[in-house]
Amino acid sequence: MRLTCPFCGERDRREFTYRGDAVGLLRPEGTGWSAEWDDYLHNRDNPAGETRDLWFHDPCGAWLEVTRDTVSHRVSDARWVSEGKA
Amino acid sequence: MRYSGFRVLREGLRGQRGWQPAWREPDPKREYDVVVIGGGGHGLSTAYYLAKTHGITNVAVLEKGYLGGGNVGRNTTIVRANYFLPGNSEFYSHSLKLWEGLEADLNYNAMVSQRGLINLFHSDGQRDAFARRGNAMLAQGDDAELLDRGGVARLLPYLDFDNHRFPVYGGLYHPRGGTARHDAVAWGYARGADRRGVDLLQRCEVTGIDIEGGRVRGVRTTRGAIRAKKVAMVVAGRSSQVAAMAGMRLPIESHVLQAFVTEGLKPLIDHVVSFGMGHFYISQSDKGGLVFGGDLDFYASYAGRGNLPMAEHVMEAAMSLMPAIGQARVLRSWGGIMDMSPDGSPIIDRTHVEGLYLNCGWCYGGFKAVPASGFALAHLMATGTPHETAARFRLDRFATGRGLMDEEGTGAQHNLH
Repeated sequence: MRLTCPFCGERDRREFTYRGDAVGLLRPEGTGWSAEWDDYLHNRDNPAGETRDLWFHDPCGAWLEVTRDTVSHRVSDARWVSEGKA
Repeated sequence: MRYSGFRVLREGLRGQRGWQPAWREPDPKREYDVVVIGGGGHGLSTAYYLAKTHGITNVAVLEKGYLGGGNVGRNTTIVRANYFLPGNSEFYSHSLKLWEGLEADLNYNAMVSQRGLINLFHSDGQRDAFARRGNAMLAQGDDAELLDRGGVARLLPYLDFDNHRFPVYGGLYHPRGGTARHDAVAWGYARGADRRGVDLLQRCEVTGIDIEGGRVRGVRTTRGAIRAKKVAMVVAGRSSQVAAMAGMRLPIESHVLQAFVTEGLKPLIDHVVSFGMGHFYISQSDKGGLVFGGDLDFYASYAGRGNLPMAEHVMEAAMSLMPAIGQARVLRSWGGIMDMSPDGSPIIDRTHVEGLYLNCGWCYGGFKAVPASGFALAHLMATGTPHETAARFRLDRFATGRGLMDEEGTGAQHNLH
């Protein structure tokens, strides 16, 4: 698998660290424990097919939101998370 | 047909013409008392113990492919009871006891081989941690022995003891651990369930779960609708898709775990050995192939195959541990779809739907759990109360924070196990 970092171009998978489903960008309001926090931390759609997840590019420090297929491993998009939340 | 030495002799003398299929190929009935979704190890053992222990025989196992074609045929066949935390400890202890009586119980040769398992350690701190784990295993009533470097060298003379980066300080020896023939486990449970009246329905994919008034009424499948009083979802890596049919969103992320096997070799490795510094473990199959694997690829995947960086890591770990392995040629590699839970421990529980049960979250350790998992789920479905060995495998432990079983101590969140 290769991912395209907007800064660095197409790079080997070994340069990236997987940081979970892009639902991680949708942090709930408040700091107290709630059903929303439980859902945010634990529950996942876990799709067999297109998904969006977060990858960290270790050399340059970019956080990427990657659109990818979990069945074929095809990567269709990778953008900075700062370009818009999920 | 009961299998025995006499039967083998008799069929050998009669030209092997008397053998019969190990199970029937029935058509679906309109209604069952229990429908088990998933014809893998856990689903088949659930059906077996429902019939054998609880006398519930009006049961169907629905399998979208063929029996044993999923993770039960894609693992590295290791059997062990070396867990540390309450919950896991009593459960895997029970499972190992079931493994020990499995072949006599099933009248089926599952090639259970208690060849012993050795977890190597490579530092003082790691030795302390394994000593503590060994004490927990002894306290649970299982076996554990702390080996020093010389003790390991007597059992595993082929390791690289002169490795300066990862010196072998010793190992935690679990003599009752070992391996079993994975396919035969599925076949043995399938045959045992079939002989007690369970219908095994292959090529029967569930496409919907019928729920009325908060109660499960049955399932829709590619072979027609089937009504059922109780339904169990036992589908490992596909748990999220099946549970979504019941409106559930699970604390599960499916990941790929790779495994590898070499060409067949003369006997070399007599035990199951795990390397403490590189997440690598290895055993030798009865055919002679070295069977080994490492860690997850660490990203969500349903591909059933992994990426090369983890393959490279596993090969590097193998070479660090036992350089002789460099002469063996890898025959093939494959990946399984692991139903990873946030704390790395499983779920056997009821759901918010009356009569609908969930068995998932086996992460990368489902094979050794096959007997006790089916036993516990059958107990829960038949009696309405969790079996004492699986009472902590609750679905709500993530929401409440109570009873989390984070065996690795890394935190009860996704992507840490």
